[in-house]
Amino acid sequence: MTLLRFEQVALRRGGRLLFEGLDLALAAGEALQVAGPNGSGKSSLIRLAAGLLKAERGQIERSLAALADDSLALDRELPLQRALSFWGSSPDGAIEALGLAELAPVPVRLLSSGQLKRATLARVAASGAPLWLLDEPLNALDSDGAERLAGLIERHLATGGAVLSASHQPLPGEWRRLELSS
Amino acid sequence: MRALVVREVRRGSSGLAWLPMAFFLLVVALMPFAVGPDARLLSRVGPGALWIAALTAALLPVERLIEPDRVDGVLDQLALHGLAEESIAAAKIFAHWLTFAPLLLIAAVPGAALLAMDGPALAKTELALAIGTPGLAALAVAIAAVTTGLPRAGSLAGLLLLPLAIPLLIFGAANALLLEAAVSLLLTAGAPFMAGAAIRATRT
Repeated sequence: MTLLRFEQVALRRGGRLLFEGLDLALAAGEALQVAGPNGSGKSSLIRLAAGLLKAERGQIERSLAALADDSLALDRELPLQRALSFWGSSPDGAIEALGLAELAPVPVRLLSSGQLKRATLARVAASGAPLWLLDEPLNALDSDGAERLAGLIERHLATGGAVLSASHQPLPGEWRRLELSS
Repeated sequence: MRALVVREVRRGSSGLAWLPMAFFLLVVALMPFAVGPDARLLSRVGPGALWIAALTAALLPVERLIEPDRVDGVLDQLALHGLAEESIAAAKIFAHWLTFAPLLLIAAVPGAALLAMDGPALAKTELALAIGTPGLAALAVAIAAVTTGLPRAGSLAGLLLLPLAIPLLIFGAANALLLEAAVSLLLTAGAPFMAGAAIRATRT
């Protein structure tokens, strides 16, 4: 089953053509890393896949997706557990899996940037969406966080999910690579 | 969507929710200083003064309605959850009205006393305000969405909101309730679409 498909997609931002003629298919159980230098359109491709940008040309089909990018989208005045549960199903399992259990009652505004990154990843993990879109998931994560993320992704792929990740660093695990040129 | 309304009401009523109302009373309190202490004159301009105070108070929360959620990615995440931008705007309008209108109607009581308005005049104005506030809340959210991301959005919002609120002001202060209800309904029905389109347009 294909969870994400790009057909001959072109994207223009700010008058600059970032890429064109891009074909891409992501089936259940597959993980794809989008790589490329700064400004090559990695994050834009993720936002395109999330439906937050419009392609200039081409077709995009996607299943239900969850996105983790640089923006936090958690209410800072709330404890982490409550802030995460605004986004749907119970986040307790994901909080545990990312090593945030002790921080669950702590207000979001007190967390460090690495802990906030884990929190956004926990939202994706708790979402139940088959397609995960991760923009620079390793930013601000320590080695323990990266290991936990790798474990989560492995489990997600094994249960029929797919992951599209933009990163200029090598990601842990088995990834197909898509290289964007600048 | 219900969770969104609950969240908006919680955020709207925590902290400085009373600030627009303090501002409202302050503007009302300026009237006797401006037109003099003549009770008859004050009670004649009273309803109009309450309306002008209500419009200026409606401007204060505009900057917190959309902008923080856009910057923080909340609008993006809501879209990923399959919520149309129009629904987001409608939820925000409803929640904003819930946190804004009741406090305004309460603050109008001491406001009317400051302007030497009698009971029947206060009752009429309260009814007109109650009918007008949904339109005012809808306008505030729509303007907040249109100006989000722009530099000096707060000042710009004032320039946009006050002229658009003139029909509400005219019919509200003149107590033409049916016409006022029509304007309020039009604004409430149209604002979610305006705000929704504006939110989508910010994603470039």
